[in-house]
Amino acid sequence: MDKNALKPVIEALIFAADHPVSFERILGVLEGESRDDIKGALKELIEDYRGAQRGVYIEEVSGGYQMRTQSEYSSWIKRLFKIGMQKISKASLETLAMIAYKQPITRAELEGIRGVDSSGVLATLLERRLAKIVGRKDEPGRPIVYGTTKEFLEVFSLKDLSHLPTLKDIESLEEKEIEERYLTGENEGANTEDNSRGRDNIKKEGGGDDPGGEGQGQ
Amino acid sequence: MTERSPLDVKLDIFEGPLDLLLHLIRKNKVDIYDIPIYFITEKYLEYIDMMKTMNLDLAGEFILMAATLIHIKSRMLLPIPEEGVLEEEEGVDPRSELVRRLLEYERYRLAAEELNGRILLGRDVFTRGMTLPLEGISEDYEIALTDLSIFDLMEAFGEIIKKLPKPYQIDLTVDRFRVTDKMNHLLEALSREISITFSDLFPETSTRGEVIVTFLAVLELCKLLMIKVNQTEDGVIRIYRPQEVH
Repeated sequence: MDKNALKPVIEALIFAADHPVSFERILGVLEGESRDDIKGALKELIEDYRGAQRGVYIEEVSGGYQMRTQSEYSSWIKRLFKIGMQKISKASLETLAMIAYKQPITRAELEGIRGVDSSGVLATLLERRLAKIVGRKDEPGRPIVYGTTKEFLEVFSLKDLSHLPTLKDIESLEEKEIEERYLTGENEGANTEDNSRGRDNIKKEGGGDDPGGEGQGQ
Repeated sequence: MTERSPLDVKLDIFEGPLDLLLHLIRKNKVDIYDIPIYFITEKYLEYIDMMKTMNLDLAGEFILMAATLIHIKSRMLLPIPEEGVLEEEEGVDPRSELVRRLLEYERYRLAAEELNGRILLGRDVFTRGMTLPLEGISEDYEIALTDLSIFDLMEAFGEIIKKLPKPYQIDLTVDRFRVTDKMNHLLEALSREISITFSDLFPETSTRGEVIVTFLAVLELCKLLMIKVNQTEDGVIRIYRPQEVH
């Protein structure tokens, strides 16, 4: 198939799927087609949507591609579903942020940061599948550790965990002073490390921006 | 109160002691790196008293933090070896651990805001026939106080309490004013008007018991998302019905 024939097929696959479709998955379905061709067609497809006045677009999220309605039309969608403002509570968001940045993290560690009991919030996050149990920590009592889920990436429009805004950026406000006075370098290091060791880290599956980058994967 | 009504307000659902401290630090424009511990401890304890007055189910964490503050305060009384040797093991500023915690927590609060500012699936964008992952807020306590923290409300409440005539030796029987009744009154008032001001809720003639019950009704309605509380620039706190979906 040439690129123009590939595009509508890929479009159909992305449209039909419930969750983001990974590049590998598309590759598997389109058996026999070259990786680069698919990558090129996918890229063009995304551009097509971006360029046109459309109600939907294709987002690269949670390790795959997903068709979504444009945010500017959210109020119409809400009218369709008869729903009000969908929001996550402040406590849930804070807890989720801690899990996202510090995963795998125990409940005790979470509560240490927040300073309040977090069992209720944690239960809600688990129930909504924004967080999950990822294992047990190798320490006395073998406490359960939590991490974020694919759904978390999907809900927050993140390609993968490495696309979380870095805490460093956020804190750049006025913290130089405090780092000198109170914090040792250890905290800094710990955070960068935390970002990279997330269990749920979805491996990059042929990001559309990087053609040829993993051409040897056949 | 031996009997717990289902309407007891649990403050820990809203915020924790670190939130309160950050609130106090910001409100009083205090340098977080150099917290005037006497001042802040005093303010903090005022809040704890206020919560007790309201019969709020005071979370143990709040008491623990009070103890921590008092402990720091007492350590501050000990002679400091010399300026500039804070880095040394023995001479560490007793506040440093607290500051570290506050900053760490603040960092995640900011990160949470950042997350909330992203394009959210189920709020801003939707997929085909999605089952709305963010649906079911009834389970979680969605806080309608987006612009106003619980502590702002409590301060406003504190002002009203102050204005009440003394002596306030009252006999607060559970039956005289019920939170449910006050909630209904408030909702009724809101069905007639778009908004009412916070101070309107507390006419000068109210007794202390009534004022407290009214305030609990406001908190409860916030929790149930049945009202929305906002503060205008001139500091007036207004209560609205939640916005209709347009």
